[in-house]
Amino acid sequence: MNQDTMGGNKMGRTQTVNMGHINNFLPQIGRVVVIEGKEVAVFRTSDDSFYAVDNSSPHPKGGPLAEGIISGHYLYDPLYDWKIDLTTGMVQAPDQGEVAVYPIRVEHDEVHIEF
Amino acid sequence: MNLSKEKLVVIGNGMAGIGTVEQILKLTDRFDITVFGSEPHPNYNRIMLSYVLEGSKTINDIILNDLNWYAEQGITLHTSATVERIDPDNKEIVTAKGQRFPYDKVIIATGSTPFILPVPGSDKAGVAGFRDILDCEQMMEAAKAYSKAAVIGGGLLGLEAAKGLVGLGMDVTVVHLMEDLMERQLDHQAAQMLTTELERQGIKFMMGAKTTELLGEERVSGLRFADGSTLEADFVVMAVGIKPNIEVAKASGLTVNRGIVVNDFMETSIEGIFSVGECTEHRGVCYGLVAPLFEQGMVLAKRISGVETAPYEGSVVSTKLKISGVDVFSAGEFIDGPEHTVIAMKDDWKRTYKKLLLRDGRLVGAVLFGDIMGSAQLQKLVKQNAEMTEELYAELTGAGCGGGDKKRSSVETMADEEIVCGCNGVTKKAIVEAITKQGLTTVDEIKAKTGATRSCGGCKPVVEQILQYVLGDGFEQTGKQGICGCTVLSRDEIVAEIRAKGLTTANEIMHVLGWSQEEGCSKCRPALNYYLGMIYPDTHQDDKASRFVNERMNANIQKDGTYTVVPRMYGGVTTPEDLKKIAEVSLKYEVKAVKVTGGQRLDLIGVKKQDLPKVWEELDMPSGYAYAKSLRTVKTCVGSQFCRFGTQDSMSMGAMLERKFERLDFPAKFKMAVNGCPRNCAESCTKDIGIVGNDGGWEIFIGGNGGIKARLADSLCKVKTDEELIEICGAVIQHYRETGNYLERTSEWVERMGLEQIRSTVVEDVENRKALVERVELALQYVEDPWKKTLQDSRTRELLFSSLNPTENG
Repeated sequence: MNQDTMGGNKMGRTQTVNMGHINNFLPQIGRVVVIEGKEVAVFRTSDDSFYAVDNSSPHPKGGPLAEGIISGHYLYDPLYDWKIDLTTGMVQAPDQGEVAVYPIRVEHDEVHIEF
Repeated sequence: MNLSKEKLVVIGNGMAGIGTVEQILKLTDRFDITVFGSEPHPNYNRIMLSYVLEGSKTINDIILNDLNWYAEQGITLHTSATVERIDPDNKEIVTAKGQRFPYDKVIIATGSTPFILPVPGSDKAGVAGFRDILDCEQMMEAAKAYSKAAVIGGGLLGLEAAKGLVGLGMDVTVVHLMEDLMERQLDHQAAQMLTTELERQGIKFMMGAKTTELLGEERVSGLRFADGSTLEADFVVMAVGIKPNIEVAKASGLTVNRGIVVNDFMETSIEGIFSVGECTEHRGVCYGLVAPLFEQGMVLAKRISGVETAPYEGSVVSTKLKISGVDVFSAGEFIDGPEHTVIAMKDDWKRTYKKLLLRDGRLVGAVLFGDIMGSAQLQKLVKQNAEMTEELYAELTGAGCGGGDKKRSSVETMADEEIVCGCNGVTKKAIVEAITKQGLTTVDEIKAKTGATRSCGGCKPVVEQILQYVLGDGFEQTGKQGICGCTVLSRDEIVAEIRAKGLTTANEIMHVLGWSQEEGCSKCRPALNYYLGMIYPDTHQDDKASRFVNERMNANIQKDGTYTVVPRMYGGVTTPEDLKKIAEVSLKYEVKAVKVTGGQRLDLIGVKKQDLPKVWEELDMPSGYAYAKSLRTVKTCVGSQFCRFGTQDSMSMGAMLERKFERLDFPAKFKMAVNGCPRNCAESCTKDIGIVGNDGGWEIFIGGNGGIKARLADSLCKVKTDEELIEICGAVIQHYRETGNYLERTSEWVERMGLEQIRSTVVEDVENRKALVERVELALQYVEDPWKKTLQDSRTRELLFSSLNPTENG
């Protein structure tokens, strides 16, 4: 499942990290993956697509995202109920904001994230 | 840059300048716009600074136009750039750094600065104004290092600053020259009430005090007054007034007086140069409030864009104090003189005050204190100089009835150009067009499109009324039906369809009943999961992905992503052994705080997500369900076991009821209390079910709530035996489970269903009572402790609670 989206690591170096079998992730329930000390929230949607975003809410008060409710490719943030499009990282109206998204793909049932 | 466009330069990046630019952009695209601002920030909502100080909003919250906005509109923005003068001969503006930019038209919107009293010592460290983000930051810093503050000036800004500083923990004295606070907006009566209220909130006052000197060495240490007395203070805020910023205008040769002098079309003495906002003087008046600045901006935008406009003839000023819990409003004339007819109402018990002033039978002013409902309407009526009629009198004084319809008609008669949202300068017309042309149907959509209600939210009722007025019955339909945006079906319709069609999963419901968003949203998913569990207690598979985070993790998430753990303490009774265990676990897992909850138990705050299962395991106690829409606690008093007044054993009964009904899903959280006697030490009146023991049995109360909307519980019935008590509790619980809307507390449920309906269903109809009890007993068979369950399921434990730490491979 290729997500052709903007990565959060804009400093040039990109690395691919293998997060293991898809069954490391429950459908529609997020999981935190720690890469180089940074928390990324990884989501497996009902159609077995994968998405990865920074585990940090764009809401001014911050907080995690991994525990939100997933519907289609939208995430409802767990603390303030902001609706976020996982494909673009854009917060949906009437709220405004953006969270960094990372390209993620599945090969032979293994999940790889570009970081 | 487009050469064919006219060059418009705006000096000042505040609400007046940018508000005008927004209006211009709606009218024409003929300008190539450049904005100069001396602050390093994009345009923010200055009137919300009080909320930043108070801590209820952050600086980000009050940004009105972020940097993207300027880019999207093609506006060139120079922040931290001060313009020194305009050179009208060469049609160029000159910055402080000597740069020159050509212009065709210039708008000056340089605003104002706080007026600093010219007394000795006013230049000492620790003396600030209250005007911009920098002042705000300085005040927050000062509160950390110093404890005694003095605010000079008891006007709007001074009081807001004082309240903010009190909130930051400082000891604050407001020093005011006059005998009344806010004497430019309030009459003596309202000022007195305001003083009393603010004293209650911790602000001290010195009235009739003239400051003659600020004391101290390098930093201020106190104030000296005209009578020789002094006041200790290590931080001083000057809020005695504002002074229009006219340096640029002066240096450019414009006619200035107190402010930059303009005509009724906001034109200054030199052609092509306009002025708007607080730096401007129109017909001898400099305004210091937000509404006039939008009215001026609207006229200016039209004039500069070549659109026909009525002249600006001055504003009727109204004021609202932005201190939480203190509602003050005034508009027009507020001090009554012999020429006025006065309608005044004062209520010392509710601490409200209302005064309307008429001249020649027409409304010319109003003052409200305590209850400012209807202030928007009053402001309008004062502005229009509305004639007082019997009808209007009835409406304004509450002496008539049928206010609802009249409110709608007031929206109907509102002029198109009238500003509904003062913070963002949105007119009625803009809102009506958003509704009619773009098909918007909710306040949120209107907020996103027009900006109305985005800042302080005070205009939300008016926006709702406009929606209602424009959409008519359509509003009723879109506004009232449907449990969320995904469906137009109500709760009752959905539950009936589930039963009729035998639907068993949320996906099935959403598919068969035609949800607009295929997989639902955060509102309907948890609701459907609840309804299914309620209908099929024996077979429904709980859907974890449809549970709100707290119910999925079986712990309460905190704002930093850590969780709280609250073990059961049945009836609020614990043992030394359990306390010891709680203490040991708290130390081992470094919990940040141990809090005694309102429900008589202990809350371990700040447990890391990955530690949750270990904490549960080592506590080895049942989950207290402090996170769930379920039975929370049964609060008890000591009762007949120990208390000399006790007539019933409340501790045992409470613990028994808690054990019996715990773990069951409810539409919303559910709290109970059991008291041993009518002294009611465990506060039954604010519980979903409150039980009060008496000599011959128990009295049962339902529908109490101490939360957002406080409600005293209603007496449902009296019973003689413990068995009857338990049975009726079970029947009430099941009746609520079966008929309650998801998230509806019993306080709302009792009002919606009616106490009589509930009483006849669970008390009087004995057959039905038994059936309800049977169904609740069935549901109770299938509950299990969620903490134990998680500990037994290693895969869920792993996937839900621990993070993944992969190694690099690329």
